[in-house]
Amino acid sequence: MDILHSIFAAPFIDMYSAPDFLLQVLWEGFVSGTLYALLALGFVLIFKASGVFNFAQGIMVVFAALTLVGLHSLGMPAYVALALTIGVMGLLALGVERFIMRKLVNQPDIILFMATIGLTYFLIGLGEFVFGGEPQKMIASELGLPSGSIDFTVGRGVVILEYADIAAAVVAALLVFSLGFFFSKTRIGRALRAVADDHQAALSVGISLNQIWAIVWFASGIVALATGIMWGAKSDVSFALQIIALKALPVLVLGGFTSIPGAIVGGLIIGFGEKIFEIYWGGLMGGGVESWFAYVIALIFLLFRPQGLFGEKIIDRI
Amino acid sequence: MFYRETGQFKTTYEADSAIFPILQDRIGIALMLAVAFVVIPLTGSDFFLNTMMIPFLIFALAAIGLNILTGYTGQISLGSGAFMGVGAYSCYKMASLFPDMNLIVLVLFSGFFSAAAGMIFGLPSLRIKGFYLVVTTLAAQFFLTWAFIRVAWLYNYNDSGAIDTLPRKAFGLWISGAEASPVTRYFVVLCIVIAMTWFASNLVRGRIGRSWMMIRDMDIAAELMGVRPLYAKISAFAVSSFYCGVAGSMMVFFWLGSAEVESFDENQSFLILFMVILGGLGSIMGSYMGAAFIVVLPVALRAAPEFFGITVNPTNMEHYTIMIIGALIIFFLIVEPHGLARLWQIAKEKLRTWPFPYA
Repeated sequence: MDILHSIFAAPFIDMYSAPDFLLQVLWEGFVSGTLYALLALGFVLIFKASGVFNFAQGIMVVFAALTLVGLHSLGMPAYVALALTIGVMGLLALGVERFIMRKLVNQPDIILFMATIGLTYFLIGLGEFVFGGEPQKMIASELGLPSGSIDFTVGRGVVILEYADIAAAVVAALLVFSLGFFFSKTRIGRALRAVADDHQAALSVGISLNQIWAIVWFASGIVALATGIMWGAKSDVSFALQIIALKALPVLVLGGFTSIPGAIVGGLIIGFGEKIFEIYWGGLMGGGVESWFAYVIALIFLLFRPQGLFGEKIIDRI
Repeated sequence: MFYRETGQFKTTYEADSAIFPILQDRIGIALMLAVAFVVIPLTGSDFFLNTMMIPFLIFALAAIGLNILTGYTGQISLGSGAFMGVGAYSCYKMASLFPDMNLIVLVLFSGFFSAAAGMIFGLPSLRIKGFYLVVTTLAAQFFLTWAFIRVAWLYNYNDSGAIDTLPRKAFGLWISGAEASPVTRYFVVLCIVIAMTWFASNLVRGRIGRSWMMIRDMDIAAELMGVRPLYAKISAFAVSSFYCGVAGSMMVFFWLGSAEVESFDENQSFLILFMVILGGLGSIMGSYMGAAFIVVLPVALRAAPEFFGITVNPTNMEHYTIMIIGALIIFFLIVEPHGLARLWQIAKEKLRTWPFPYA
């Protein structure tokens, strides 16, 4: 009886009796949800245009953030460092396209997936070699990100919203909006969607695959940079972020691999679900459930809807 | 000239369907076994056995396990590290509960626990394919490693949270613990690995293995031809996790001596997937080659600067190693996406017609 009570009743009583705390938890969930969504966005971009599941997105986030911090510590103004970092991500995109994607065209998905894991190892080694293994402070205030927080009084308590978190949500919304525009309205965006649909057909109407891949890796590099800045503003930039980036997988599964809105909705569902479950139910299981909860949600969800919320229906042809 | 089956006539069906139908292959295998059983224990130093041969054999077994699932059945899994952990923790638990049992029996028996875990986490594979399945196996990976930390019963409530090997004797010799000599441990590992390899190579060419390959090549067609996907997929998950589990418990008891949860984390799963892909999907021989590559490479890279008389700062060396491993993985995928086993096969084909390839 006690167990049933602590599973089915006590958490809801807690939620009702302390609405300010619940709101704070929801806000935390929203913030981590937007970050997951940003991470997932990088994955979706590359998956849409090349069918490659880019495992290296997580390390690209770390790499971009470390490059930015490293360039700034050389004495450059923050905005110059930012522009140079974008340049570095562009070079990385060109390199990946030239030395990996172009050589592996027409290979099975798993081979390309493994190649991105190889790229991950390479970037980890390179990043640690150049920037050292220690966590670094993100140059949030130099980049003009607001700090501090505003408080709301709810009931008897206070809900604290950090400006940095609000900025992260705004940046995420802007990125999603501009990427959506880019994909649906511009000529390159249409070419991207054509490549995603059918490589050969796209080639036959004169779309350069190599150019498209370079562009799409560059775009996801920029998304990685934005994610790195936002994440770094919340906590330090470290290589541990790379494992957290795996959380983007359940987000993708929920939203569907090919859908940009899906990445956002999936990210928010995972963010909210994870925080609420950890705070109100996690104690029953000894805590730390955040590490696997997202995956289990995704697993259960997949059993009912294998293509995700917004994914294209999977059709098997014989 | 030397590697040619001309003149080797088969007069029975048994001879025709033997594992090694060609005489030269049988000689080759006999030579390899002779090296493994006689030459290496006699000439190898303790360091060589401990850092190269024992991990190589253990990882080869784990790679065979994952290869059964990924290479033969076509189900990508990133949970092999966790299934190794299930084997290791259950073996530790059994060894401490039944101190008088023969440890080798317990190591083999621990595979059944990880097989059960594998079957549970394999159930989603009936509905989910491809990268979506990767997510469900990652769920297994993260859930199980979480359980290894939180369920203190698994490591007998000790403070370190690690499982240590328990000194055990079998056939009058110490086979685990501090007193066990590397040669003894090497022999135990070698016997288990060879027996299980032999079993696996028969399994994959039998009825079960053929149904796995049918599921891999086209699941719908296989279903129409009477292969039951439930049995085929779940049996693949069970056998694969059994192999990983045995490899995991051997890793703790015969190699590392003690292990924490980090030994079974997602990086371990990636490493085993690397071995399978680099070695060659759907090849038992390839699993050995991949394991040899991944085990030997870091040791060789660390020894290389000394060999050439260059001194490198050890922390930088760590970074170079990981960079070179990453670059080599990409390089091998580009050069031969079907793995080292395919290179070996090409070499054998060339050898058959050598020295007159056009005759």
